[in-house]
Amino acid sequence: MVPASYYLILSAVLFVLGAIGVLIRRNALVMLMSVEMMLNAVNLTLITYSRFLENIDGQIFVLIVMAVAAAEVAVGLAIVVAFARHKDTTDVDEMDLLKW
Amino acid sequence: MEMVIFVVLALLAVAAGVGVIAQRSAVRSALFLLVNFCSLAGLYILLNAQFVAIVQVIIYAGAIVVLFLFVVMLLGVERAEETPDLRRYQWVAGILLAVLLLAGIVWALIPAQPETVAALTRTDNVREIGAALLTDFAIPFELASVVLLVAIIGAVVLAKKRLEE
Repeated sequence: MVPASYYLILSAVLFVLGAIGVLIRRNALVMLMSVEMMLNAVNLTLITYSRFLENIDGQIFVLIVMAVAAAEVAVGLAIVVAFARHKDTTDVDEMDLLKW
Repeated sequence: MEMVIFVVLALLAVAAGVGVIAQRSAVRSALFLLVNFCSLAGLYILLNAQFVAIVQVIIYAGAIVVLFLFVVMLLGVERAEETPDLRRYQWVAGILLAVLLLAGIVWALIPAQPETVAALTRTDNVREIGAALLTDFAIPFELASVVLLVAIIGAVVLAKKRLEE
């Protein structure tokens, strides 16, 4: 039996890896991938508590998170495509249309 | 045995996560993301959440990673590449903040561990989830479909070419 803390620490490590990705990468696509990794780390925490508290609600929450993640990725990638069509790059440093 | 599987899958997940953020090419990042999602699906099976594990493989590994790869190919691989960054302070600051965040999360998680470790019960995972989704969680379940519809419309409107130009 693997203790709950192992799963929780693994999910913390994965979340932080995603956060590092968002902070240091400037490619909008890779940043979106890092956001997905962070969502997955949270899902792992929810499943862990669902298992150790013997409660199915955590898994329902994960399914809703997955639906929202799919929606987020579709809209995010559409924005990246629209931007790349406009500026010919996916570099977030170039995304300054709203800068006054 | 369970511990061995856990360690293998955990190391695979962390290594793939490092791969996602360390690769210069977006295609390779997407493929490492695939490995990360699949090892997490294995961990879900270890945690007795079989339905979520299958959904993880279908939605994340099947749909989302393929969507990422489609966009990389659509934009052209060279446009999706990243120019080398000379600002090292961004890396240093990012990693420092992330380590701080890790310390904070671990500090918050350790006292919050569940006291009782229930033994593995043979329950019908899919039946339980289906019953919960259609009784207690019927409204969030229906709202999820609205969210997906809005996302479809939003993605089509954002990504289509302007006709009037």
